[in-house]
Amino acid sequence: MKQAVTSRRRFLLGILGAAGATIAARVADQGDSPSPQRQYGGGTSHDIHSGALFGTVGEVDHMRNGFHPSDILTDFNTGDRVYEEDGRTVREFDLVALDKEVEIAPGLFFPAWTYNGRIPGPTIRATEGDLVRVKFVNAGSHPHTIHFHGIHPAAMDGVPISAKMAGMSAKLTGPGHIQPGETFTYEFIAEPFGCHLYHCHAIPLKRHIHKGLYGAFIIDPKEGRPPAREMVMVMNAFDTNFDNENEVYAVNSIAFAYNNDPIPLKMNELVRIYLVNLTEFDLINSLHLHANFFDYYDHGTTLEPTLRRVDTVTQCQGQRGILEFQYRYPGMFMFHAHQSEFADLGWMGMFHVSEDGVAVIPDDEDGAAVKPAGEETTAHGDH
Amino acid sequence: MATTNPAAEVPAPRYSTILIGVLPLLALALVLGLFIIGDPTAIFTGDAPPVEELQTQRVSLDDQGFLVEIINSGPDPVTLAQVTVDDAYWAFEFERGDRQLSRLETAALRIPYPWVEGEAHEIKLLTSTGLAFSVPVEVAIKTPVADGDQFLAYGLLGIYVGVVPVALGLLWYPFMRRISRQWMNFALALTVGLLIFLLADTLLEALEIAPQVPGIFQGESLVILITLLTFLAIVAIGRNANRNESRLYLAYMIAVGIGFHNLGEGLAVGAAFAVGAASLGTFLVIGFTLHNITEGIGIAAPVVSEQPRLVHFVVLALIAGVPAVIGAWIGGFAFSPLLAVLFLSIGAGAILQVIYEVSRLLVRDAARHHEVALSWLNLAGLVAGIAIMYFTAFFVK
Repeated sequence: MKQAVTSRRRFLLGILGAAGATIAARVADQGDSPSPQRQYGGGTSHDIHSGALFGTVGEVDHMRNGFHPSDILTDFNTGDRVYEEDGRTVREFDLVALDKEVEIAPGLFFPAWTYNGRIPGPTIRATEGDLVRVKFVNAGSHPHTIHFHGIHPAAMDGVPISAKMAGMSAKLTGPGHIQPGETFTYEFIAEPFGCHLYHCHAIPLKRHIHKGLYGAFIIDPKEGRPPAREMVMVMNAFDTNFDNENEVYAVNSIAFAYNNDPIPLKMNELVRIYLVNLTEFDLINSLHLHANFFDYYDHGTTLEPTLRRVDTVTQCQGQRGILEFQYRYPGMFMFHAHQSEFADLGWMGMFHVSEDGVAVIPDDEDGAAVKPAGEETTAHGDH
Repeated sequence: MATTNPAAEVPAPRYSTILIGVLPLLALALVLGLFIIGDPTAIFTGDAPPVEELQTQRVSLDDQGFLVEIINSGPDPVTLAQVTVDDAYWAFEFERGDRQLSRLETAALRIPYPWVEGEAHEIKLLTSTGLAFSVPVEVAIKTPVADGDQFLAYGLLGIYVGVVPVALGLLWYPFMRRISRQWMNFALALTVGLLIFLLADTLLEALEIAPQVPGIFQGESLVILITLLTFLAIVAIGRNANRNESRLYLAYMIAVGIGFHNLGEGLAVGAAFAVGAASLGTFLVIGFTLHNITEGIGIAAPVVSEQPRLVHFVVLALIAGVPAVIGAWIGGFAFSPLLAVLFLSIGAGAILQVIYEVSRLLVRDAARHHEVALSWLNLAGLVAGIAIMYFTAFFVK
């Protein structure tokens, strides 16, 4: 601010000179002494240059939303019903399209279309070769579909083209739009292994994706991957005022979610992130990991990394991949889009690395320890 | 006897008159009640989202960041959800009011942002429904605080813009007394010309600010209505108070009109300096001084044939000039679009009235000497007046 004060003094002297008056130059004195720290949002005291001023003010009511981003991280659904059929594992999933208002930043509500009332929809997980059977109910107000990325017959592709429209047999096209109140069962063999996604393909496509109809679809290789702390991150964004530009960016929908609730990690433990980009309106999105490098498996369709030792990866919409890394040092480490604008608008989070992976969140009012995120735990469920 | 006693009849008609007069109101109340209960418009609105409208009244910058004063000028309540500055979510707190703004409720938001001097910023206010209202900060510069020195500095600005040029212009009075009747009429026509310019300028300035006035006050309508009403009011007052239609009175009326106009200029200069938009700095002040010097001629022109005492000239200069000082203070420390529109519209009305009066003076003088009012010389004066104002305005645009 010193700089500002000096130039302001010059500016004022200019005016005064013009007025032909001599007025004490202490006009510009105001502001030389920084005023004491003030209280800003959340009852934390900040200084104007403390860097703790960015971010949203207040808290999202995750209970009302019906999902918590910290849960979504590790909430892998391997089947609502799992059974054998002709010697093959069948994983049956229930997906319901629902209109729902979601609080994507404190006090900021987005009129969303969702699968199962959450954005992203359930993370569907199967092993290569399993039969995936998705019972889809459209309880929304518009026609919807589910289009899975993977290898499957045309009839299961979840596109808006119906047999009637194409003048072909249903086997070659599929049912087209699933109208409100209608149901359809998508069924296919899970292949190839990788980190995939599913989304609504109803037209207009842009609106149906942007409204929130998407999720991660993970197919594990038969031989499995090395044990690791695994999590799902779906990069997404929301245009709240219909100007084809996003007001909120995030991973797993809630702006700054992992900034407010840092993700606990254990030192030297292998971390695996299934990263999917479903950002609408912007050409690309990215993830940058602080103070670390990772191996990257584009689309997750290989067992060997497609990129080694990088700390930033870029994805266009629909692109996805797997990140593997481990932290050597304890402490707080940022991760965010390296489009600064996206980071400033919500796509920013923190890993809290500690020896035991049990993080005590310093900002937690009750100071309670937060359990590590892991496949077997449902941490943060009480938020 | 066919005739009835009027005195006896009086109470009954009075009573029924009141009843008849009230009846439509009762019927209106009934209709409104039924309308509200039945709500037949529900069919039009249905689930339509609320109409949200937030307007910024003022943005101040200090070492602690921004202070944004807002008003809910829409028909529905608005809940402020988040604030971004330059496309980044940012902390904020309420210095006055809270997130919930009912109709016409105001609030003051403090945003602790490290703004960069001389650069532009954009604040966005996001409501709970996701609508974004943009608050541009065109040039970031510390907002002046109304302490003694600043007060004096802005006062001096006003004096240079208003009092000095008017007083200098009045110095032409002795010169004008020595010229012929034809050239005197030329000076009056020139006055009309410069007043026409000022009328256009003041009206446009008012209309430019009008959209910033909260919607329900109907800024644009206010400008036209207040201008007209001021004009008619001053004409009426003039008729009653000054049947002899003295030329000194006319000079005073011109001074009042120009005063209001100068108040508007003071507002503009003060506000420009306060928001840092006055990149021209000293040039702007010199420009206004040059621009306004003709105003003195305009005030002096009608009284050339009379010989007012010196004190009148001092008072005339003050009436026309001091409002610029007041304007500079208001513009610098407490700019309000509504206030600005009110003052500027009153100014436009007052100027319209003096155009009318001075023109009448010319017409009557022409009639008395069996000439045409719009002689070539007078037309030249009119054009010269407009041209002088137009070209000296180059300094301040």
